[in-house]
Amino acid sequence: MIYKLTYKPFGERSVLVEWPAIIDEKILSDINLFKEKIKNFSIKDIVEVKSAFNSLLIIYKNKIILFENVINELDQLYYQKEQYLKLRPKQWKIPVCYDAIFAIDLNEMALEKKLSKEAIVKLHSKGVYTVYFIGFLPGFMYLGGLDKRLHTPRKSTPRLKITKGAVAIGGNQTGVYPSESPGGWNIIGNSPIEFFNPKNSIPCFVNAGDKIVFKPISIKEYEDIKTLVKAGVYQLESEVIDG
Amino acid sequence: MVKVLKTGLYSTIQDLGRYGYQDYGVPYSGVMDIYSASMANILLGNDKHAAVIEMTMTGPALEFSCDTSICISGADMSPKLNGLPIKLNKQIPIKRGDLVSFGKLISGFRAYLAVLGGFKTEKIMNSYSMYSGITKQAILLKNCNLSIDDSLKSLEKKHAAIKMVNTHFDIKNIEVFKGPEFQKLSKEQQSLLFSQDFTISKENNRMAYQLAEPLENSLEPIITSSVLPGTVQLTPSGKLIVLMRDCQTTGGYPRILQLKESAINIMAQKFTGHVIHFDLIIG
Repeated sequence: MIYKLTYKPFGERSVLVEWPAIIDEKILSDINLFKEKIKNFSIKDIVEVKSAFNSLLIIYKNKIILFENVINELDQLYYQKEQYLKLRPKQWKIPVCYDAIFAIDLNEMALEKKLSKEAIVKLHSKGVYTVYFIGFLPGFMYLGGLDKRLHTPRKSTPRLKITKGAVAIGGNQTGVYPSESPGGWNIIGNSPIEFFNPKNSIPCFVNAGDKIVFKPISIKEYEDIKTLVKAGVYQLESEVIDG
Repeated sequence: MVKVLKTGLYSTIQDLGRYGYQDYGVPYSGVMDIYSASMANILLGNDKHAAVIEMTMTGPALEFSCDTSICISGADMSPKLNGLPIKLNKQIPIKRGDLVSFGKLISGFRAYLAVLGGFKTEKIMNSYSMYSGITKQAILLKNCNLSIDDSLKSLEKKHAAIKMVNTHFDIKNIEVFKGPEFQKLSKEQQSLLFSQDFTISKENNRMAYQLAEPLENSLEPIITSSVLPGTVQLTPSGKLIVLMRDCQTTGGYPRILQLKESAINIMAQKFTGHVIHFDLIIG
């Protein structure tokens, strides 16, 4: 699918490329494909290509003298056909403990939604979530695909401290806090996995376009996985998605 | 080694920032005022990427345990060597046991202390810039020791102190480009942005500067998209937020303006109560 893209200068050394303003998996694939093209064709001077829901920000090393030339070069690349370029998204199985010691907002959510706690956990852990991009905090995944029945408004007063690994729901989104941070989402569990490790040359294992499923685990399993993660030997389950 | 005897209000180690990791949600960080920090490094003969101490409003007290040279640029915080005043923008020889301290803030808001060869603290993702969650240490702490290369000999160049361009601290004009959502503003909003002055509110730090005067607004939030240092966001309540070096990688408010890179440096020397005026670059 070919979209009508909009190109906008953004400051002195960046171009913002925009797709139609909707959150959509087809747009996500198109963004990822264009991103791969840009990386593979290594346009001189590009230092960074950054994803969001319906945009790519392309950042150049030097100040851009003529935006028109840069934009033409990008647009030609967008229309270029590249059969051999194939995205290899992965599906990751993320262990989550939904036990009451972590799920501090589950009770309230259950009461409000007139659902049992078990039903909420079941709905949350049977979803397949799409990673649109990483932003907000280092390693924070913007996920699409939360069941409508689980949409829950953010808390009116955000908490000053949310524990690292907290699995939460805010509005129509779900996500995992990769580090301790303030935040207003409703917490329903915790994952023992590291989503961001600044010591690795590639600090996040997840990429835009990947899928996530949450697998419920007991406290005992949580502790075991946590120990393995700390020792650096935990192997996360993943499979390549045929696309 | 350099020992931190007093920290000052908010002192960190910074270089030119952490590039190439935005797609993992990692902020750029780096010195708030690149112009002043580069001045300090250049006058010492350092690489422009060398890590420096960035201090905010009040400076630290530092004890040197080896011979070296330093240069201080940016805000004038009345720097002293063993209690005696020293000049800004000048190479200052340091002997083992010397004490560098700071006094009253005279001009600007952020000062930079460069040392021969740069500070050699923890380097993560190609940068020394401190940031909570990335580097173990997020700010300078009392009694912490900062590594430096004590084998380097100073350049024997004796030049007078360089006078910084005063306008860097005095000018209220902040040059801006139109941001991605500028066209969504009404004509009235657009003209208000460039006709009135704005005051820096007390909410100002390395992440963002909020402006005191609201701009009446009916624009809805946007689908979360990329932001950059220097992006000016407009919140639904009409608050203007100028993002700075430690800003998040993405945001959901309309991006109405983008500061020229040199204007970010000028902004970095402003603080609560200072007045700015946006000047649109036509082009």
